[in-house]
Amino acid sequence: MKPPPFRHVAPRTVDEAVTALAEADGHGKVLAGGQSLVPLLNMRLAAPSVLVDVNGVTGLDGIEVTDDAVVVGATVRHRDLERHAAADAALPVLRQALVHVAHPVIRNRGTVVGSLVHADPAAELPAVLVLLGGHVDVVSRDDRRSIDAEALFVAPLESSLRPDELAVSATFPRLAATTATAVRELARRHGDYAMAGVCVAVDRDDERATVTGARAVFIGVTDTPTLVDLGEDLAGQGCHDLDTVAAVARARDAIDPTDDIHATADYRRHLAGVMLARALADAATGREDA
Amino acid sequence: MTTRLFGQGVPRKEDRRLLTGAGRFVDDLSHDAWEVAIVRSPHAHARIVDIDVTEALDVPDLVAIHTWEDLPERMQQPLPLLIPHPALTAPRTQFVLANGEVNHVGEAIVMVVARTRYAAEDAADRIRVDYEFLEPVVGIERAAAGDRRVHDELDDNVAAHLVQEIGDARAAIDAAPHTMSFRLDVERSASTPLETRGVYARWDADEGHLRLYSSTQAPTSVRAAVATILEMDFQDVECIAPDVGGGFGVKIMHPWPEEVLVPWAATVLGHDVKFTEDRREHFISANHERGQVQHLEVGFDDDGRILGIDFTFLHDHGAYIPYGLIVPIITSTQFLGPYRISDYRVEFRSLYTNTVPVTPYRGAGRPQAVFAMERLMDKVAAELGKDRTQVRAINLIQPDEFPWEFGLTFQDGRAYTYDSGDYPTSLDMLKDLVGWDDFARRQAEARDDGRLLGIGLAAYVEGTGVGPYEGGHVLVEPTGRVQVATGLSSQGQGHETVFAQIVADVLGVDLDDVEVVVGDSSRMQYAVGTFASRAAVMSGNAIALAANKVREKALRLASEALEVDPADLEFADGQVRVVGSPDTGLPLKMLATLSNPLRYAFDEDAAAATQFAAPADPDRPPVGDDDEPGLEGTDFYSPVRSTFASGMHAVVVEVDPDTSAVEILDYAVVHDCGNLINPTIVRGQVHGGVGQGVGGALYERMAYDEHGQLQNASFMDFLMPYMTEVPDGIAIDHLETPSPLNPLGIKGAGEAGVIPSAAVFAAAIEDAVGIPIDAMPISPSQLHHLRLAADAPASTNGQP
Repeated sequence: MKPPPFRHVAPRTVDEAVTALAEADGHGKVLAGGQSLVPLLNMRLAAPSVLVDVNGVTGLDGIEVTDDAVVVGATVRHRDLERHAAADAALPVLRQALVHVAHPVIRNRGTVVGSLVHADPAAELPAVLVLLGGHVDVVSRDDRRSIDAEALFVAPLESSLRPDELAVSATFPRLAATTATAVRELARRHGDYAMAGVCVAVDRDDERATVTGARAVFIGVTDTPTLVDLGEDLAGQGCHDLDTVAAVARARDAIDPTDDIHATADYRRHLAGVMLARALADAATGREDA
Repeated sequence: MTTRLFGQGVPRKEDRRLLTGAGRFVDDLSHDAWEVAIVRSPHAHARIVDIDVTEALDVPDLVAIHTWEDLPERMQQPLPLLIPHPALTAPRTQFVLANGEVNHVGEAIVMVVARTRYAAEDAADRIRVDYEFLEPVVGIERAAAGDRRVHDELDDNVAAHLVQEIGDARAAIDAAPHTMSFRLDVERSASTPLETRGVYARWDADEGHLRLYSSTQAPTSVRAAVATILEMDFQDVECIAPDVGGGFGVKIMHPWPEEVLVPWAATVLGHDVKFTEDRREHFISANHERGQVQHLEVGFDDDGRILGIDFTFLHDHGAYIPYGLIVPIITSTQFLGPYRISDYRVEFRSLYTNTVPVTPYRGAGRPQAVFAMERLMDKVAAELGKDRTQVRAINLIQPDEFPWEFGLTFQDGRAYTYDSGDYPTSLDMLKDLVGWDDFARRQAEARDDGRLLGIGLAAYVEGTGVGPYEGGHVLVEPTGRVQVATGLSSQGQGHETVFAQIVADVLGVDLDDVEVVVGDSSRMQYAVGTFASRAAVMSGNAIALAANKVREKALRLASEALEVDPADLEFADGQVRVVGSPDTGLPLKMLATLSNPLRYAFDEDAAAATQFAAPADPDRPPVGDDDEPGLEGTDFYSPVRSTFASGMHAVVVEVDPDTSAVEILDYAVVHDCGNLINPTIVRGQVHGGVGQGVGGALYERMAYDEHGQLQNASFMDFLMPYMTEVPDGIAIDHLETPSPLNPLGIKGAGEAGVIPSAAVFAAAIEDAVGIPIDAMPISPSQLHHLRLAADAPASTNGQP
């Protein structure tokens, strides 16, 4: 479990970083928190010839909370965002999701943007980005572009970034004040990838205590995070006595879990429905994620 | 008088070192050593057609590449069968490097030595091995079918077949008012210590001396194995187990191929060489345990009294069987637990499969045995509509019935005879501790709220402190400090503390003045090892005997010097002094000086000692015929047979009705390991065991696919429980029934915590969901499907 030889470059600027990526000619890989990449290297499942270490690049470690969004730089650690009071006030779903990401020691190193571009269908943050309709800003030597969430996740562990592109920030749009969120998942052990999980957003008419709309994105039971609109099943229902049967049925049709050594596909499908029902109730009633 | 330390929960002497990162593990000792990487088989069963190293030869920093053909003749032989048994009629052990055939994924084929592990892995990556594939034998039933064979030259996959019987089980079952039969399976798991295997060899060509460091539970046995295979005198080989980061059984296996290859490479290359196993290697090349398919037939009467049992099981020992039949023999005897069963027949077959070999893992066959017996008790209770504790109580051996002779033969080849115990009291204590009698009300109330609660209990008896012997050496330095050595090694259990407590009591010295060295063959070359919950019993008693020799000599010296009757002397505060006159006495350090007739006065203490020296008698030798210089003593403890610890566990679980996830609400343990040397350390052992048991019951398994590939060879997918999965509070009550077999009256405590886990969790989950749980471990997904199949109460969310 030692990596094969590679060249390590430590740029100080985004320009230097994207130049190094361009020069790597498709064999470069960005190293940020390293919580997924380093194990892949050690197990020799990945063998990039150049590691572009962006941890020393200036200007990528900011969290910006605007009226419209929370913007997170490429070297912001999970833990930084989880503990950011203004970000939490603006978008509670971020912390709701982040507490499920592995363990504190991993969150201390792992980065938010790194998790997004790693595109693991079992990860929480890609689901949040899709739920919110966010985007990632990417830079290459000759170009700069913004990739919407739904275009970012192509396949399991495959994003639409080109090998010469560096994701410099992620933008998580804020929700209306009347929209509540919740995240539920069940993992085998605390901090493991979930057997099934879900992030939901529920639009509420708080005066009437009714639901006006609802959306969900599942974790670990689809190839890529996909938005499921549940408004048709839930709109008009009372916040405190939701009937989630139709929504759960719709969601179970929309997902495509697979068997693995930890759980069967059928169990995951069942579990996804249970998590959805619970998350919808959490969000509809304003209950904090259990 | 100094407070007696035996029985006190004093803080562990080793904790400062271990908790501040100052521990010294094998990989910490060897920064300049060349490193080994092993090319391992990616296939479960194949013939090796060709090994081509050409592409590896230009890897920078490569030193050497060795295959089986490069080895000296003695090393080309299969590794030893450590424990032969007459029933083991078809033993096969592995070669240090594969000789033409591989029988499990992970089997060693080529050794690469390079200046760094990075370079060694780079070279290993480029070595091409061509294989001719053979059909793999995976799974106990496939092995039993015998249509595919692991070892071609054998007629089937059976290495051993053993039957033991007491009374007439068949007749007893046939005559019983009630009979039942059922199957109870346990899957494979493994020790998985945090520190993987490691070995480091220093060869001194000038001295012709080999020093070996190994992360082992049996350094003297590693030394003997290596000396024998390398054809060296034992005195030219030493083996040290430094700090060892957990063993749990897997490091009792010896010699590992690497423990032979690394020292051989050091001698051939004339350079320090080390091997540090990585985690993936550990999963696929360090041994596993637990996998058994077990069939039971039982006859019982209307009161639940067990009249006869027929127990037949298949034991999966993997590709080779280096450790003999220890695990299945333990299952077949320890199955009887605390129960008075007179008509019992047990039959097992030990089977080859194309998987990692099996040797003892903490509990060693007992978790499977207890799962079988305790599930049996639950089934009898269910059949008769009786409380589960009632059925157990009526079958317990009573306190006045010891020694209880079953008439079976135990793992050590000795009579399976229990020395002492108080099982009825243990059961009463457990019921109080967990609130057994009140649980039905609690369960009913929870059910009214839609919550599924269940309770389970399980009892076990554990043979501990198996022989043949262990030694202790105690020496008082002229500084007054006491040096203690024993040959078995420590994997963090607290040996340095408990052995020091024993010596400090005998010699009346401060705990801090006792230094204990374990696992160094140059300090104690005759030793057995740390396994079978034996360290405290064996080395504890040996050290106590040795310390008493020192005490006798100190008493004699002090008596002569002070001209006081020995009966009037006591040991306290580092002095031997006159009872009732604490100012009249001699410090032990002065007695240490006095004990050596060659007394150059290196310091003032030594000069002061001379005033007490008896006048030399010119007609007698300075060292008498029955005396030796020095204030030291060595002794060995060798029991006739094992001493039997016991205990009972109970757990309350909550099963989520929708997700089938299992949460642990309460965990209670009543534990009897005889006299407690250090209750805090025993509690720690129980906590650790329970944690490991939670893993075995609810999380861990070795997920082999039909090709013999281990699909979860990492800590990402092999689910060792975290602190978050282990119960927050474990209620523990100690019962102390001394062993009559040893001077200290102690029994082993190391494995107990893990033994009843599969049984107790299965019982509690069954109680919660109302369907039989007959195979462990169990995951939420598996429980969900069991409930669906049984049409158990549906999810409250309105979904199936």
